[in-house]
Amino acid sequence: MATSYQLKRADFIFKNENDWEEVLSKSFSRTPQELINELISSELKGRGGAGFPTGLKWKLTAEVEADTKYVICNADEGEPGTFKDREILSMVPFKVLTSMAVCGYVIGAKEGYIYLRGEYFFLLPELNKAISEFEYYCKETNIDFTIRIFMGSGAYICGEETALFESMEGKRGEPRNKPPFPSNSGYMGKPTVINNVETLAHTYTIFKYGAKRFYDLGVQYSRGSKLFSVSGDTPKPGIYELELGMSLADFVEEFGDGDTKAVQVGGASGFLVPRKRFSETAIGFQGKLIGISLPTGGSMMLFNSSRSMFNVLDNYLEFFREESCGQCTPCRVGCQQLLKGIKAVKRGEKNARYLDKLLRLTETMKLTAKCGLGQSVANSFSSIVENFREEMIY
Amino acid sequence: MNPVSDLIKDLADQHGRNRHNLLPILQGVVEQEKYLSEYSMIEIARELDLPASEVFGTATFYSFLEHQKMGKYIIRICKTITCSMKGKNQVLLAIEDMLKIKVGETTPDGNFSLLQTNCLGFCHKAPAMLVNHEVYTDLTPEKVNEILNSYLKKK
Repeated sequence: MATSYQLKRADFIFKNENDWEEVLSKSFSRTPQELINELISSELKGRGGAGFPTGLKWKLTAEVEADTKYVICNADEGEPGTFKDREILSMVPFKVLTSMAVCGYVIGAKEGYIYLRGEYFFLLPELNKAISEFEYYCKETNIDFTIRIFMGSGAYICGEETALFESMEGKRGEPRNKPPFPSNSGYMGKPTVINNVETLAHTYTIFKYGAKRFYDLGVQYSRGSKLFSVSGDTPKPGIYELELGMSLADFVEEFGDGDTKAVQVGGASGFLVPRKRFSETAIGFQGKLIGISLPTGGSMMLFNSSRSMFNVLDNYLEFFREESCGQCTPCRVGCQQLLKGIKAVKRGEKNARYLDKLLRLTETMKLTAKCGLGQSVANSFSSIVENFREEMIY
Repeated sequence: MNPVSDLIKDLADQHGRNRHNLLPILQGVVEQEKYLSEYSMIEIARELDLPASEVFGTATFYSFLEHQKMGKYIIRICKTITCSMKGKNQVLLAIEDMLKIKVGETTPDGNFSLLQTNCLGFCHKAPAMLVNHEVYTDLTPEKVNEILNSYLKKK
């Protein structure tokens, strides 16, 4: 079922940062309720990959009564194939800072943090400079909001919001049980809004131009534009801002090298889509009526026919085995066994039917793992094993 | 007094002595010392009035907090999928050949340590590596030779 949707470029994120002072003061002159309504009617969903409605997140946190609340910008961009957040922070940092302050105003928080992954340490000097300029302006205009950077130290799992709070509190980055959700109990047990870097950059666009400008982009359930990190076997790797809802076939037409065998949508924790399913797959959040709709944090990795899908899966599983925090058994042992299992099948120590056992194991992990990491291993595992079974065996 | 103890005191003065200040302090020690010795971890625990086991627990969770003595320059080469596809192994072999060490080892003169790491977020410019906090992308065996030579001259 081919969609007639064409690839539409957008250009909001990396443009028009210079008027941040205006956007800031304009937003502060409106009531928090107005700003929340603006966000809700834009239908902006979280750009980190999970797709939670941003307006609702702010609303829920605003409604909780507490003396202290926090705004956190999640810049622990660790998903394989994603590199857009770094680009936003280095090209348009003031957009992110402005949105954090506006969020603070809306929910009643006076402190903001940027959790920056350790690998991006080199961004610090420039980012700190932007923050001091921003804080100086806030002081001048009587806006009571401070922003601090908290450095990560090389742990993928800390991108999971509750693991991130644990890490900021000086503990091992082990995800918490949910509920309670961050809107009630986040960093230091206080109500916290935690948004991805790109999400914050989009709220800037919405506060600047109004919800309609954003809403008019994209398709039903998947409004607005999104940054895509394109890598792998493509003649033009890089970061592209595209409207949501495009068909994967159109995407491959534009970015493929003419020999694209499969595309990994959403990084190692996302889905692998084989060539035969390109035209029925759309990129956007769940709920679309036609075909399959895949959400993504923006990671798009293309593989051409020279790549062995066994090697790809082997690489992912190695990644998950190392990055699993180890606190819950399904994920800790599951990742180890999946990796061992596919190697054993490849070497012929186990017969091909063993792959079905492994598939059932991923189902168990999906149901019983504590957080998104363990639950999402099944996504890439089953989509690769089901579509490229022969490559796993021979 | 051991100089590490002074460093830890300074870091605690700078960041604070609460549990949520632990990670910045650990990072500060690693930055200076290139690793966290058992001694430093116990000292940090004493300074922050925490059980040493808690400090050890946090310290061992994060891949950038090393607990064996590392070289002056830590090379972390990305081994995740795109870098892997784009020739990471050739680059790694070139480094091993040049420095005469394997992954996980440090040169006898204490200048370089060689490690592999997970996705650095430079998949569009793969393969990529970090040398301490500096990023190098679009690596080839020739290019990595030049880069490491520039570090050799620097020392």
